[in-house]
Order: sequence, then C-alpha cells, then structure tokens
Amino acid sequence: MTTTDWTAGRIAAAVRDGEISAREVVDAALARIERYDGDVGAFLHVEQSGARRAAATVDNLPAAQRRTLPLAGVPVAVKDNVVTRDMPTTAASRILEGFRAPFDATVVARLRQAGALIVGKTNLDEFAMGSSTEHSAFHPTRNPWDLTRVPGGSSGGSAAAVAARMVPLALGSDTGGSIRQPAAYCGVVGMKPTYGRVSRFGLIAFASSLDQIGPLARTVADARLLYRVIAGSDPCDSTALEGDAGEGLDEAVSLNGLRIGLPREYFGDGTDRRIRSVVAHALDRLESSGARLVEVSLPHTPYAISTYYLIAMAEASSNLSRYDGVRYGMRAGGRDLLDMYETTRAEGFGAEVKRRILLGTHALSAGYYDAYYLKAQKVRTLIRQDFDTAFLEVDVIATPTTPDLPFRLGERETDPLQMYLSDIFTVTSNLAGIPSLVVPVGVADGLPVGLQWMAPPLADGRLLAIAELCEKTVAIEPNWPLGGTMS
Amino acid sequence: MMPAFDVIIGLEVHVELNTASKLFCSCSTQFGADPNTETCPVCLGMPGVLPVLNRTAIALAVRAALALDCQVHTISKFDRKQYFYPDLPKAYQISQFDQPLAEHGALTMTEDGAARRIRIRRIHVEEDAGKLNHLGERLGDASGSLVDLNRAGVPLIEIVSEPDLRSADQARLYLTELKTILSYLDISDLRMEEGSMRCDANVSLRPAGYTGDVEDLPRSEIKNVNSFRNVQRGIEYEIERQSNLLRQGGRIVRETRGFDDASGRTYSQRSKEEAHDYRYFPEPDLPPLVLAETWIDQQKRALPVLPDAIRQMLRAQGIPAREAEVLVQDRAAFGYWQEATSLVADARLVTNWMLSDVARLINAAGQGFASSAVPPARLAELLKLLLAGTISGRMAKEILEKMFETGERAPDLVQSLGLSQITDQSAIAAVVREVLQGNPGVVQDYLGGKSKALAFLVGQVMKRTRGQAKPELANAVLKEILEAEYGATTP
Repeated sequence: MTTTDWTAGRIAAAVRDGEISAREVVDAALARIERYDGDVGAFLHVEQSGARRAAATVDNLPAAQRRTLPLAGVPVAVKDNVVTRDMPTTAASRILEGFRAPFDATVVARLRQAGALIVGKTNLDEFAMGSSTEHSAFHPTRNPWDLTRVPGGSSGGSAAAVAARMVPLALGSDTGGSIRQPAAYCGVVGMKPTYGRVSRFGLIAFASSLDQIGPLARTVADARLLYRVIAGSDPCDSTALEGDAGEGLDEAVSLNGLRIGLPREYFGDGTDRRIRSVVAHALDRLESSGARLVEVSLPHTPYAISTYYLIAMAEASSNLSRYDGVRYGMRAGGRDLLDMYETTRAEGFGAEVKRRILLGTHALSAGYYDAYYLKAQKVRTLIRQDFDTAFLEVDVIATPTTPDLPFRLGERETDPLQMYLSDIFTVTSNLAGIPSLVVPVGVADGLPVGLQWMAPPLADGRLLAIAELCEKTVAIEPNWPLGGTMS
Repeated sequence: MMPAFDVIIGLEVHVELNTASKLFCSCSTQFGADPNTETCPVCLGMPGVLPVLNRTAIALAVRAALALDCQVHTISKFDRKQYFYPDLPKAYQISQFDQPLAEHGALTMTEDGAARRIRIRRIHVEEDAGKLNHLGERLGDASGSLVDLNRAGVPLIEIVSEPDLRSADQARLYLTELKTILSYLDISDLRMEEGSMRCDANVSLRPAGYTGDVEDLPRSEIKNVNSFRNVQRGIEYEIERQSNLLRQGGRIVRETRGFDDASGRTYSQRSKEEAHDYRYFPEPDLPPLVLAETWIDQQKRALPVLPDAIRQMLRAQGIPAREAEVLVQDRAAFGYWQEATSLVADARLVTNWMLSDVARLINAAGQGFASSAVPPARLAELLKLLLAGTISGRMAKEILEKMFETGERAPDLVQSLGLSQITDQSAIAAVVREVLQGNPGVVQDYLGGKSKALAFLVGQVMKRTRGQAKPELANAVLKEILEAEYGATTP
C-alpha cells in the first residue's frame, strides 16, 4: 500500500472510514519527502512533529466526527508565502529568515479544520516574483521530471512536491501565472480561482489586486476538493467575495455542444512547436467528443505583459515597504535610521525583488503615475472587456499555458525580460480576475504540457467540471516521475 | 509702515475619532495603555494582514462632515500614502487622496460681532501613525528611539479649510468654533494635549496686486502645534517673519516649519526640495466606500442641535451674548444649563448662578460642569428656595458653598443651619420694637429727617436675627412702626 500514489479523495475516504490511519499516511508522505527532497528541493521547511500531531488528532477523533472531515488525514504542502502559526514563513527571502507569524492564514485555518495535515512550507521565487523558483534566497527547486530543469514558478515548490508525490495537494499563489505555469511544467493540475473567491488574509502580498491562492493537485477532482475547503467569504479580507463559493461546484457539464474559444492571439508562432502539437492534439480529441472549437479574439493581449508588470510592480513596491527592519525579520545595523533602512533592504532583498521594487516605485512617482500606473489600469479594463466580449460567444476558453517547455536551471537568469515575456498566456486571467485552470494534456520529449482553461468570473465550478471532462477525454498516461503510478 | 500684503491662512485639523476600536482592526483605541499593548498583527503591519474598515468610524466622520455643511460623497475611496518612518508600520498610511469622503463645507464664526464664513475644502478619513519616544533630553542627542504603536491605526478625520483666514486671531476663532461644533457630535475627545485634536497651519502672504491662485504662493506649513494659543502665536510669528523677509527683498520658500513653544518662534524642518513624494495610489485591499443616499440623509436628520441654533435659543431666552457664548463653548455647561432650566424656569437666574458661583466653586475644586459636585438638579433646588424667598441671596451663596463641601442638599442645609428667612411679620415687629427702644438717639435722628438712619436700624434688625430676617420686610415693618408709634411722616 503506497498512499503517496493515492489521490487526496481516496486518502480522505480511507481515513474517514478508518481503513487506514492518518498517522500511516503522514509517515509515508514524510518518508517520501525525506527520500526525494534532497534532489528536488521542494520544501523550505518540513514540519514532521506538527504533521504527526495533526495526524494523531485526526486519528483520535470519534469516528462520527472524523467522518465530517473533507480532508481527513490528507497531507498538504503550503507555499511559504502563506503564513502559519507553528512554522516559519519566509516567502523565500532573507529579509524574513526565521520569521514566525503570530497567526494562521485563513486558508491554513480552513485546512486544519478540514482535517488536513500540513507537512511543511514549499519553496518559491522570493516574494513570489519569478517563474522558475530559482529566485529563492535559500535554494532552487528542481523539476521532478528532469532534475536539470526548473519546475516553473513562483509556486515551483508546491508543484514539484505534488508531481513528486510527496503530497497529493498543495497550496500555491498566482499573481500572473504562478500556480498555472509550474503546474504545466510539472504535469499537475493548478487552479487560479476567481479573484476574491479565496481569502488572501495571511498571504504575503505581492500584488494585492492580482494575487489569489489556489490548489495544486494531480487530478481535477482533488483540486476541487481543496478548492471547496479554502474558498468562501472571509470577514478578514474585504476583497473576498460574499456568497456561496460552493455553488456550481457540482455542476454537470457535457462536452456535447460546449463552445470552446480559441483566442487567435494565443496560438501564434511564438509558442514551441512541440507544445502547439500537444495542445492541437488535445483540442482534436475534445472536438471529436462533441465540443465546438470557436476562434475568438482578445485584441488587447499584446499589451497584457506591460500592463501586468506595471500594476504588479507598483503594488509590490508598496507591499514590500513594510520590510524595513524596524519590527520583525532581518535588521542590518546602520549609522542612523536611513542607513539602517537602506542596508537592511539592500542585504535582505534579492536582485529580482529589488528590480521590481525600483520599477514599481518609479511607476508611482510624481509625474509618472498617469503615464504608467493609471494608463495600465485603463488597459486592464480593456483586457477585462475583451474577455466579457469573448464569453458572449463561447462557454470557456482554452489556450497553451506557456510558450516554452521547462527550461534548464540558470538558462534565463541573465535575461529577466525573456522571463517576463513567457508569462504572456497566464497574466490576462489575473488582470481580468477570471478563474483559470491548467490540466496536463500530454508529454513532449519527456516533459509535461498543460492546457490552460479560462472561464467567466465566478464560473469556478463550471471551469472545474470542464477541466475534469478534458482530463477524462484527453486520457494521458503520464509516466509519473521518480517512480510510482497514479491510483 | 504697514506691509502691503494680505495674510492667507488655511488650516488642516486632525481629529481622532472616539471609536472603541481602530480604523482597520479590532484593537482598542484607549489612550494611555502600556506601549504596544493595544496592537495586533494588522496594526503592526505584519506580513499577510489585510485592513477591514470600521464602519462606526465612517458614521462619525459623516456626522462631522454634515455638521460642517459638507457634501458627503456616496462613493469615496482609500489610497496609500507612502513614506518610510518607524511610527508607520506598513510604510504607508491608508488615507483618502483624490476622492475624499466629503467636500465643499463651511463654518460660520463671529468676529467682532460680524459673521464670517470660512469654507471647508474637504474632510477625509485616515489612520493615525504610532509614536516615537526619543531617549534623552533632546531629539538631536537622543541615544535611541522607542516605537509605541498603540496609536497606529486609530481613526482620524482631517478637516481642510480653504485659505479663507486672514489673521492669527481668525485662525484661533475658527479653531474654537470648529471644536465647539465637533464637541456636540460625540465623535472625539478633542484633547489637544493628548493629541486627539491636532492642527497644522499654512501661512502665506499675498502681495498687493497679486492676481494668481493663492495656492501658488510660497507658504510655510507650521506642523503639529499643541494648543490653539500656540497656533495663534506660530501664525503671528510667521506673518512677522515672512513680511520682514519680503520687506528686506528676500524670498519666501515653501517649507515645513516647526513651532518652538519656549521662544514662540517657528523653525525650518523641511524644504520643498526635501518634500516626500508620497506616491499615492488606490488601496487595492479595500473596495471603494459606498454610502447610500438614504443613509446619509438619516445621519443628517439624527444630528444634534448645533451651536448656532443653541445661540439663537439662548438669545431668545434673554441670555446676553457673552454669557451665551460661554455656555455654548462648553458643551457640559450647556448640558448643565439645560437640565437646570428644565427645573427652574428663570433662565437668566440659572445662567448667572452657573457662570459666577458654580463656575468659581467647580474651578476651585478642579471639577467641570459634567463632574460638578453640585449637579444641576441640586442647584435647581437651591434656586427654588431663593425664588420662593425662603432664603436670601447671601444665604444661597453660603448654602451653595456648603453643598460643595458636604454634598448635602439645599433644603437639608437650610434646616440644619437654621438659615431660613424670617418672613413672619409679627416676629419681625417684635425685634423692630426692641431695636427702636434700644436706639432712641438714632430714632430721633430719623424723626429729625435723617433718612439714612433707617439703614442703620435695618442693619440692627438683621443683626439681631442673625441675617434671617427678610431685608425688605424688615425695612417695611420699621417704617410702619415708626409712623404708627413714633409719629414719623413718610419722607
């Protein structure tokens, strides 16, 4: 019995029914982390004792109570930009080295309530700024499919942990593709919910108007299971949406007559031929199963990258100002206050973070605000309207997730602009606030390829249902890395 | 020679709202707690926290805006004002920049009997910063600074006037009237010494013939002055300094200036070149603030009676303007007055007693009208005895003092001190006869035409009754007996 190969749904059912103990599940997960994480580097912190305590709590519950837990005994990894009371939270930055938050993020509290076992905190690009998880201040994470390649980012640790079957579920955060791109690179399912569907309370802010926490899993059903637990309004987050997040989650959808929009701006020559081929094959299968493929246009796509980076960097420059060495985290000495600020931030932040703070500060400066930030907000509205228009014609949109297959570590470190440009297919969902989900649909040269789905705002349930049909229709037998099968 | 300048003054007043909890978290706003005990992850700016708006603070701010005749916007928004300082945990203050809560208000004050309307540009809501306590005598040689974030996140409103004030006196009048109006709204403690009301003054001089926008004139912003008196002094100094500078052919630069209480001077803190670029942008963690028109109307209808209406009412009751002003400006005094006059109809009598004897006694005891050892109902009891003639004015004063000392009620004191006035005519007549018999010489003087002698005789009657005889009665009885029994003729 290798519970590390099981889906979260199967684990939870077995633990609820008393077939296996949460302790056995967590021991297996911790053993696998122990065995493989030296190579993969998915975790920044593994919480053995806390996870075992949580398992004991689940096991000691009266059976009737345990049966109510949707994630009974399921090991979950949490991206290290989501705060946890009993573990360090660093956002992979020196400036927060050794920091422990005095409270749990809302999503973490909901995980605990649901009977999940939080096994540790996963690696990321510092403050979620990056697409490779190489920009962690502590160590890079490697792609389980090919350890010489990056897992994507910034939720690379979470995606790699799920792909390497250290955990069946992980939380990521997605500001411009940070869940979906690593999901595609690691061959797992990753979902960015509608903005406001999941509370951001306890998520270390990168770009507040774009950030959203979401699930990573090996199956769509598992992603839905995790989403159901974490979604919903939160009095601590004024941007969290009211209303029932569970509504429509069990919506039945048929491929028959389903109008799948293919935005022509996303199917250009700039995308790796191998990715185009895998995506085309998947779309063929969906079409032959009754779906209608409809070409649509999202005309403002060419402006998406500049718009996204202006807004994200401007907000980041503000959100990261609080790391000043005064109250918590790192403090470098200094002759006086100004020197202390400067030295702390110079030593505490990595190069990519500093680059973004500088650009964002510039974009908000007197005399530049109108030309940069304000203009970007206007284009953001146009991009949102592009989607509104497209969704009048189609039920859902499908696109490639990334223009490239996972690249090798170090390959892009010297070219930040190339790195930014590779976010082209994912940033638009964040700008528009719409739900978006990546499903693995094939393998090219031994590397996974994911198809990205986008749906209208609040259609998270329908998006999951469509993705599940896609998963069934485009049946792939991924040769899961690092041994093992799916069960 | 008088300088050919107009003085242009605009005031920015910060008022802490007296909500139980802070603007964006549930921490207490209690003043004076141990440092950093009224804090939580949100107001400490910990990683991952988000602000949640305190709706009560908005209700209080709207009350102020309506009382100051502002237009309250149905949609306003919050922005981040960014700068680094250890008392600002997030390195930005959540404030309102280009879409404030309310705009276009006004306040009417009285200067030398004439009404003067001062426009209010805007009122916005923002969070307060914490406090730094510098170790050592002076900031310059402080060995370190301690950060206290209890105040961080306390709700503030900033009330910005138009540059309509023309003298330091007017600035003080404006502040006094503003404080008076706000004091009736129950929205703030308004204590300058505790920082719950703070004032910055913008001062510039407009040369004769200048036709441009006054906003473009170079100005000094005098920051964080701790009393109305010092605002006035700072402005006076600044007018003097700027006009001397201009007369000597110098230039005024736009700058921030501090005020030194001891010397009464302002000093440069920061010039325009060093000014912060606050990099305002919309706060992405808070949705726009949307207020329903009907709710705003409700708030307007629920406003208490405001000082101007109170002044009119007092005048209608015959209270002189000067006394009325004293009552209006001290809301507790007016409350005292209202209760006392609801029990004793003679409003002028109540006013006189309150503002002379009661005021003297509470001042001596370090009390206020709200905390007076003699509450309004007790004063009313005393004044009723006076009006009924049971006691004389002099007795009433004596009894009031005893009431302050002992906490006893006036009727009880009248009894225990045996102080009630003798109003029985036959009792007084007996004393009068004794006095007349004992002072034949004086009686002869009176009969001989010295009408002054009567006063001496009245005095004797009062003396014999230990002051309890009602003086008018003693006077009347004396005359009556002198006529009837001594044959005096009415002069």
